[in-house]
Amino acid sequence: MSNASQQRFTGTTVIGTARLIAAKDLRVELRSRVLLNQVLPFALIVMVMFAFALDSDAVLERVAPGLVWLAAMFSTLIMVSRSFAVETADGALDQLRSAGVPAMGIFIGKMMALMAQLVVLVTLLILTAVVLYRAELSWAGSVLLVTTGLTATCGLAAVGTLYGGLAAGAKGRETLLPLLLLPVVAPVLIGATRATESAFGTRGVSTGQGWPWLGLLAVFAVLFSVSGAVAFGPLLDD
Amino acid sequence: MSNDRATSTPFTKGLGFFVVLGIALLIILGIFVSPADVNQGESVRIMYAHVPGAWLAYLAFVMTAVSSAAYLWKRTRSLTWDRIAGASAEVGVLFMGISLVTGSLWGRLTWGTYWTWDARLTTTAFLFVTYIGYLAVRGLGGTHQQRARRSAVLALLAVLEIPLVHFSVELWNTLHQEASVAGRGTDVEMNGLMLFTLFLGVVVFTLMYIWLVLHRQRSLMLEDMLDDSGLDHALSERRAEATQAGH
Repeated sequence: MSNASQQRFTGTTVIGTARLIAAKDLRVELRSRVLLNQVLPFALIVMVMFAFALDSDAVLERVAPGLVWLAAMFSTLIMVSRSFAVETADGALDQLRSAGVPAMGIFIGKMMALMAQLVVLVTLLILTAVVLYRAELSWAGSVLLVTTGLTATCGLAAVGTLYGGLAAGAKGRETLLPLLLLPVVAPVLIGATRATESAFGTRGVSTGQGWPWLGLLAVFAVLFSVSGAVAFGPLLDD
Repeated sequence: MSNDRATSTPFTKGLGFFVVLGIALLIILGIFVSPADVNQGESVRIMYAHVPGAWLAYLAFVMTAVSSAAYLWKRTRSLTWDRIAGASAEVGVLFMGISLVTGSLWGRLTWGTYWTWDARLTTTAFLFVTYIGYLAVRGLGGTHQQRARRSAVLALLAVLEIPLVHFSVELWNTLHQEASVAGRGTDVEMNGLMLFTLFLGVVVFTLMYIWLVLHRQRSLMLEDMLDDSGLDHALSERRAEATQAGH
């Protein structure tokens, strides 16, 4: 790493770095199409398999919100792995750090890129639930659903990036990540499922009952965004 | 083997003696002397292992968090804190496993079911899995400092995560669970001897925790030393080869 580029990076702000990293990650996705060609089809097949396992229209309609978010969690695991495989394959993460790029910027950038991809994924999963599981959507429900989707994906992206960074570069991280991540995202699964139930009107739950669950999702998102931004530096510095 | 490589000191030897004595006393009191409960019958005896076990596990996880914070704080940074955190988590996972098993056995006898989605039980299960993950992260490899930093951050994240999980499970529970079994038939009429046995259990298990962590912490230190000396040994061997090849 030359001295000139080191100076250029240390001069960059956190937000600037975040924007660069996020753009880089999305460009990698645009060119490799891993989300489009692998993760989204995986999520779809999971939704179809749920239908095979539960084998009843009534049951499917009742549990559709939970299945949407469960499939989202499983896909998140794959996307986090992918997000950090890109960084560690050529030791890119270490080089970024030794070039003096602020860790907080890396965290926010990767989180943003992950969140953008998760939004696409969750949108597809909800559409699948509408088509395959007969979930119903009203206008008021849609507003709640969009807010829920954004808040929940923000939380998932934050916690995914944090734990992805923790396991990055270690041997056996593919098997470790689910063990670390799934217990942590349980509050998102609970909150997002309940809010989505209200949005779909499953079991006669009204839309209004869904909004309090957003509080839980928001607390989660804020807590892990902040702690991720703070803890990411110490995690990477070795 | 020289004495400085042993994990015991006069203090731990004395402590171990009292722990063994205390456990023998606990078994005698818990199984033979103390009376059966009015409501629960003989199954109440499981409590004398279950409650102290759960107490020990929670104590261990608190200790892991405190030692991790001590490691991360620059002024007190020392690998000893990291080893205490690791040793404590290992002991905690073991006893959390024991208290989950004894708890579900007791639940089967008293409530008629092994498991209930009560917030406390569910959080305990999450805690168990979280610290299994913590131990897995400790085993990831890298330098001792890498291991220490990674696992310390993870331990502090667990402190953040667990209240959130507890809170959300509680919310989920109150809104979606019909009358929980917890609370039914669980009132224990504690007589003096039962209370004393339980109290003795907590004290003995706490001493046992200290004893186990001291030993484990020292054996972890020996493992680290072995790692380092292995590396030094390999380095000096390669150097010797290089000088031989040079001649």
